Amino acid sequence: MTYIRPAFRHPELPRNDLGFTRKDYEGAISTLCAGCGHDSISAAIVQACFELSIAPHKVAKLSGIGCSSKTPTYFLGNSHGFNSVHGRMPSVATGANLANRDLIYVGVSGDGDTASIGMGQFTHVVRRNLNMMYVVENNGCYGLTKGQDSATADIGSASKKGEPNPFEPIDLASIALQLGATFVARSFSGDRDQLVPLIKAAISHRGFAFIDVISPCVTFNNNPKSTKGYEHVRDHLAATGTVDYVPFKHEISTEYEQGQSKEVTLHDGSVVHLHKADPELNLNSRRSALRLIKDYKAKDQILTGLLFMDEDSQDLHEILGTSKTPLRDLGAAELCPGQKVLDKLNESLR
Amino acid sequence: MKRIEAVNDFVIKFANVNGTGSASANNMFAKSLFRMGLPISPKNIFPSNIQGLPTWYEVRVNEKGYLGRRGGVDMMVCMNPQSMAKDIQEVEPGGYFLYDSSKPLDLRLMRSDIHFIGVPLKDLCQREYSDARQQQLFRNIIYVGALSALLDIEFDVLTGLVSDQFRGKEKLITPNVRALEIGYHYAAEHYQCPIGIRVERRDAVGDQILIDGNTAASLGAIYGGATVAAWYPITPSTSVVDGFDKYCKRLRIDPGSGNKNYAIVQAEDELAAIGMVIGASWNGARAFTATSGPGISLMSEFLGLAYFAEIPTVLIDVQRAGPSTGMPTRTQQSDVLACAYASHGDTKHVLLFPATPRECFEMTAEAFDLAETLQTPVIMLSDLDLGMNDTMSPPLVWDDKREYQRGKVFNEQQLEAMSERFGRYLDIDDDGIPYRTYPGTHPNKGAFFTRGTSRDEYAVYTEDGDAYEKNMQRLLKKWDTAKNLVPTPELIEAAKGGAKVGVIHFGTSRNATLEAVDSLAAQGIAVDTLRVRGFPFHKSVDAFIEQHDTVFVVDQNRDAQMRTLLVNECLVSPRDLISILNYNGTPISARKIYEEITMVLRGDNVRPLHKKKIAKESV
Ligand SMILES: Cc1ncc(C[n+]2csc(CCOP(=O)(O)OP(=O)(O)O)c2C)c(N)n1
Ligand code: SF4
Repeated sequence: MTYIRPAFRHPELPRNDLGFTRKDYEGAISTLCAGCGHDSISAAIVQACFELSIAPHKVAKLSGIGCSSKTPTYFLGNSHGFNSVHGRMPSVATGANLANRDLIYVGVSGDGDTASIGMGQFTHVVRRNLNMMYVVENNGCYGLTKGQDSATADIGSASKKGEPNPFEPIDLASIALQLGATFVARSFSGDRDQLVPLIKAAISHRGFAFIDVISPCVTFNNNPKSTKGYEHVRDHLAATGTVDYVPFKHEISTEYEQGQSKEVTLHDGSVVHLHKADPELNLNSRRSALRLIKDYKAKDQILTGLLFMDEDSQDLHEILGTSKTPLRDLGAAELCPGQKVLDKLNESLR
Repeated sequence: MKRIEAVNDFVIKFANVNGTGSASANNMFAKSLFRMGLPISPKNIFPSNIQGLPTWYEVRVNEKGYLGRRGGVDMMVCMNPQSMAKDIQEVEPGGYFLYDSSKPLDLRLMRSDIHFIGVPLKDLCQREYSDARQQQLFRNIIYVGALSALLDIEFDVLTGLVSDQFRGKEKLITPNVRALEIGYHYAAEHYQCPIGIRVERRDAVGDQILIDGNTAASLGAIYGGATVAAWYPITPSTSVVDGFDKYCKRLRIDPGSGNKNYAIVQAEDELAAIGMVIGASWNGARAFTATSGPGISLMSEFLGLAYFAEIPTVLIDVQRAGPSTGMPTRTQQSDVLACAYASHGDTKHVLLFPATPRECFEMTAEAFDLAETLQTPVIMLSDLDLGMNDTMSPPLVWDDKREYQRGKVFNEQQLEAMSERFGRYLDIDDDGIPYRTYPGTHPNKGAFFTRGTSRDEYAVYTEDGDAYEKNMQRLLKKWDTAKNLVPTPELIEAAKGGAKVGVIHFGTSRNATLEAVDSLAAQGIAVDTLRVRGFPFHKSVDAFIEQHDTVFVVDQNRDAQMRTLLVNECLVSPRDLISILNYNGTPISARKIYEEITMVLRGDNVRPLHKKKIAKESV
């Protein structure tokens, strides 16, 4: 349990455009280990949704199995949640999205959930460009089954047992880039300032928005020899730059220096400002992102921030050409052709 | 030499090579008899291969309307040298063997008790057509022409079929009719036509249609209001979604916008297919998938989730022969147990067993009502025989006044009006079925968390043993409710008051069973039949077993899976039920059922005769 919430809230709590307070975006009290990176990510999601003035019930939150996948219980208590089976959240999210395109889909997964058992579904949900935000809470280990190495654990990195991992890691951001994800970012659970705007931009992005968040497991993978512990990550972080998200409704601020920043307008008119630290990064080039991820890794650094974005992306519904009315809202009048059509059919089968 | 003489009652089999275009010629043959008012049941017996291997097409013609496989072949049309030796052996004494006499027959293969009819198909084709592909294709049409003389098929009916088939491609009509004529004239000139077996126009078909079960099921999904289909290709279920796609393109495109009122996703595997169905159903759409045995294995974990988390899920399983890849293009009913108890833990699923295309249509549509009413997976168990073969069926009917039963779903107004706390898993109506809400319904009421882990009535995670037990008990109560909602069994009594002997059967065993029972009646043996149409079993199944001294169960699998299920769920002793099993990959025949029943009843079988007597002896 990471925090104890007071039952009493000040009546003057700040409200967002829809009149909701931050409390309306919270969920049940977390049962994760105190200090688990996953809780910080939940808090960032709460913060982002509050600031975006999203109606909580218009969000559907889905996950697989794992400590990370438990987290949807701990945010957005007024949203429907779905804790599916291990690694197969992408298919459930796909079905849910096909049924009702009008909701916001937030998927939470772990590195075991996504990079091992769920790798197949992950690659295909990317390929289909499903309109959702997909967050991997990446701790390089299996938390819920007590500390086995996961497929994203770095070679040589050691978990609580102390044995160095002998295998090359799978880099999920690179894979997402290669598969054609239209929004790819990486962040660190301990970097709220970076994570919140990234989540906001990911939610506003139309299409598949992937965020790989390094999220230390304090119980099994937070020792000096682990490359996904707090200490290591803090010492080896390098950001593409600071990210700033400006919703459509707000005045667009210009307090940052020109020339050094890149501005990306999303489909609804919202704007993402990226204030570059590495001028090499071209936000519209997968190749540039892939190369930089590698370069930084070679320098033993973890590149975080927004890595790639395609503002003109077409989501699965647009690709399929499905009705603008959510499929679940269609009734017999639109769906059932009636006996007359059957009569003709019967006739043609004689 | 004996000569089989039969009017409107025979079995003809075509032996072809896969990929040579024989399918449409064979279809034309079958359909011509159908249009002459004769009941037919054509069956494809094909290899798991695209080209080159032997493939057969067996047509039973029976004026009385028996549609099961009879067993035996009266006439063989041999177009495959590879299988010829075996094909010759299969012909009944006095039967007929039509072959391509462009090359003389191997004398060693000849039999003196059957009639050989040579038609030089290859030579005739070479004379008429220059193109190699045409020579191949028209060879098939020429043998249909020859058959029309040999069996007395009305030539007009055949030409009518040709013009129907090539409507819009008129150029193809003349050469096809020409091929029919070539065959017809050759046979008429060289043989005394008709031969002993022949057809005569009748009115034994009425308004029935010829359709395969998978196409009928796809129409059931259209009429049942399915909007999301997710699937992964597998024989023999692929044509269910192909059909759905075809009819959606015709019937489900919004004329104004051109947008689709449906979504079909070819998933990356069966795990994803069922996951999508569950996600879509959870979110309020009617969704389904279609698969076969190997897919059921992969879907099992998700089926358990859908059962436990109570998410409507519609699955069409077109069974084939297993385990593993088994005989993927042959038929069986061997997924019964895998489907009934799919997944780990205590699970059981609602099953539907169609026997005709019309039932495939109705039960598919009904599956959506049932799944949403009961909030649970519903699996329709068809099989390759029904799914992929054209089968005579009463026409498809739909009551335009029928409304979809969307089950217990609280809408925004109902939630708004609620003063008490919404409990997703509360049994308000005492029928085991709780209320659900769709995501996005109400700003601050009715949201709940769906999960496969144990929870209390308010969907809050708990590992409390009592809460778990209570929940599992409620699921059993729901199972009881389901008993009264699934289709009731079809009971046919031999006489008023019933007979002493009963046969329980399901699905595609129906045709052969009913015919066998007629043959038994002709021998003075009265047999009642009960066709199970749904699981959980209706109480009349218990009663049927109770009321008959000897009860047979027809199963098209090795391990008597339906019998096992009956033993498990009806509290009967295994010895009360005598199995009749068929699992060679072809549909069970009436002969087989007849023989097994007479053998047991004659007493020359070690199995018990009268269950009551046995029961007393063992006390
Ligand atoms: C089919 C299946 N296999 C194995 C498991 C056991 N299991 C539960 S969580 C988990 C790993 C979770 O690791 P990760 O996704 O990295 O999440 P974390 O707990 O580290 O946040 C495993 C293997 C399972 N639930 N289902
Ligand atoms: S085991 Fe690790 S991942 Fe799981 S809650 Fe504890 S710290 Fe977090």
